[in-house]
Amino acid sequence: MASAFEYAPAPESRSVVDIAPSYGLFIDGEFTEAADGKVFKTLSPSTEEVLSEVARAGAEDVDRAVKAARKAFEKWSALPGSERAKYLFRIARIIQERSRELAVLETLDNGKPIRETRDADLPLVAAHFFYYAGWADKLDHAGYGANPRPLGVAGQIIPWNFPLLMLAWKIAPALATGNTVVLKPAETTPLSALFFADVCRQAGLPKGVVNILTGYGDAGSALVTHPDVNKVAFTGSTAVGKAIARQIAGTDKRATLELGGKGANIVFDDAPVDQAVEGIVTGIFFNQGQVCCAGSRLLVQESVHDEVLHALKRRLTTLRLGDPLDKNTDIGAINSAEQLARITALVETGEAEGAERWSAPCELPSTGYWFAPTLFTGVTQAHTVARDEIFGPVLSVLTFRTPDEAVAKANNSQYGLSAGIWTEKGSRILAVANKLRAGVVWANTFNKFDPTSPFGGYKESGYGREGGRHGLEAYLDV
Amino acid sequence: MSDGRLSVFKTYKLYVGGKFPRSESGRVYEVTDPKGKWLANVPQSSRKDARDAVVAARKAFGDWSGATAYNRGQILYRIAEMLEGRREQFVREVADAEGLSKSKAAAVVDAAIDRWVWYAGWTDKIGQVVGGANPVAGPFFNLSTPEPTGVVAVLAPQGSSLLGLVSVLAPVIATGNTAVVVASADAPLPALSLGEVLATSDLPGGVVNILSGRTAELAAPLASHQDVNGIDLTGAAGDAELAKELEAAAAENLKRVLRPSVSRHRPEKEAKDAARPQAVDGSDWSADPGTHRLTAFLETKTVWHPTGALGASGSSY
Repeated sequence: MASAFEYAPAPESRSVVDIAPSYGLFIDGEFTEAADGKVFKTLSPSTEEVLSEVARAGAEDVDRAVKAARKAFEKWSALPGSERAKYLFRIARIIQERSRELAVLETLDNGKPIRETRDADLPLVAAHFFYYAGWADKLDHAGYGANPRPLGVAGQIIPWNFPLLMLAWKIAPALATGNTVVLKPAETTPLSALFFADVCRQAGLPKGVVNILTGYGDAGSALVTHPDVNKVAFTGSTAVGKAIARQIAGTDKRATLELGGKGANIVFDDAPVDQAVEGIVTGIFFNQGQVCCAGSRLLVQESVHDEVLHALKRRLTTLRLGDPLDKNTDIGAINSAEQLARITALVETGEAEGAERWSAPCELPSTGYWFAPTLFTGVTQAHTVARDEIFGPVLSVLTFRTPDEAVAKANNSQYGLSAGIWTEKGSRILAVANKLRAGVVWANTFNKFDPTSPFGGYKESGYGREGGRHGLEAYLDV
Repeated sequence: MSDGRLSVFKTYKLYVGGKFPRSESGRVYEVTDPKGKWLANVPQSSRKDARDAVVAARKAFGDWSGATAYNRGQILYRIAEMLEGRREQFVREVADAEGLSKSKAAAVVDAAIDRWVWYAGWTDKIGQVVGGANPVAGPFFNLSTPEPTGVVAVLAPQGSSLLGLVSVLAPVIATGNTAVVVASADAPLPALSLGEVLATSDLPGGVVNILSGRTAELAAPLASHQDVNGIDLTGAAGDAELAKELEAAAAENLKRVLRPSVSRHRPEKEAKDAARPQAVDGSDWSADPGTHRLTAFLETKTVWHPTGALGASGSSY
């Protein structure tokens, strides 16, 4: 079958992006070395090539950055909303202008296919800034009372799966509402945030309004616990989210946490199979499954199980895994060796516990971090692969007979971030959606994002919402 | 005009359906600055021009109202960008049109640019502010969403030739309506030049159509036009009798009417304004615009859908 779909390589040019051999921390409008001079390397996960060396922030740097943000806060928060809006509109436009460069950069540093960074990440990043730009002078209309005030300095920690998009989700609403920020990107994907610092420079953003600290968890922890940080916004693992909730206990810091998920994608027997299969594939194999809202549990009605699985496996054999910069690539690299080891271990557990593993027959490149699209059948709710977030291209398939059973199984999770429903019956969509304990429910679609639409989880998937009018609340003293 | 060079005059034309026609009537009238100095001969549009403009606006309505709010926002922002680039030209035109100093005219133009930015931000937010889910007492999903009314005739304010114009036009198209604008009769040049900005801003032809001429002559066929869905009477602010006639004519197909903001209950102010032509529209166009001009030409659509039932108990989660 694969031979019928041979494609010549169609690589996107790397020449649009110029990565410097080293980068400093971006504090108070200047790039500066870490106080203790520490650095770390960032790799291309598809080739293991070293892309650059970046400064590793420590507690002293966090303090400097928070002080810069505090100093900038007074003037920034006092600006008329219409002026803050114009800065954010400028940022949105500059991101649009530089979107190809940033897409290639993101693909290099993260390992995800260029098709995704070019067609999903970057358009959403620009749109997010554009949307929140418009709110900056309309906060009186947002439903939080007259003249709502910002919180102050926001400490923001973002993950490696959508580095620039998560940056946009954090920075755009924070700035629109008049806060200043210190943002720490993940240690495996620091580059796009550093390029964003340059976007801020081009936009003429006042110094100190945005500060970028590259580093590890210790820097994140120092940021969370810094006494002059008023708000913590974190996207990442549930374990770290809980640690942050403990760290800020007893303070008056606000927090929003976007954590893990184990989304149920429910396929009823009347769903159009081909359409559902596309949705299942998007749900779990988009971004190599490294998506907190991934539809990682497929709940398929028993009567159509065989038909859906047959179509799904057939579809998975047509996915192209390989060079993320190739425009035909569907599945890119896993972000890091550490993540690959985690996925591998969980899949081994799945096999050991008796679930039946099937992986798409595809050749894995010899360098870099790769994992073939994989699914488990014969999975029960007790299996580890049905309970734990794998954060990789691994789908666990369970079955159900009645809608009630589907809902019960879907909700049988510590998580509650996303869910999918596939059926032609509108009333069933709404009835099931009503019962699902999940923050985002997609019906006959999956993994759709828009700056106007709130996103966030129930239960241990975190609290607070990002996006939309609702996303303003997290940065306002209301 | 320095160094004795003879400048090139511009022939001001209408902006209809994305093109720049002269009036089909072949008529022009003389436009002067407040001191009487000749500025230009501009088209004196006819009833036929008004009807042609409605046809163009109707034709553009499907695509424009169907465009995503994000797309409309991008285009309105693009208008601000293009206007910023032509700032000097508009400062000159507004100064001439309204008899303002360069610095005052510059402040007016800056405010007009910023007003496009303000409305660019509203395109994808007004639905979230005025729409929403309704918790009906039954097993139904119930959602109200604002939608544009259709073709809106806009009588631009007579006094504020650019800021006032932008303030009445931008909210109409931000929400997805298309517009037929009657420019200020005595100060139409900034409006006609704005057509050139709109034509280079990715705004589809026909979304905005701009006519110059005698307000009453053009307003009458627009107010009674059966394919016009709404009318903003701001430009009739100085003429209560005309405004009343137009509102009555608009009743024939129940056009949505935005009345002139001059209060009928304050005759002293009206008289004072009438004595000062620049303030005749009675509005402080630099004030916070609020949302009333956005909602004036919106319909609310409410969709019901049964939510069904999952059996007796449902889930305990």
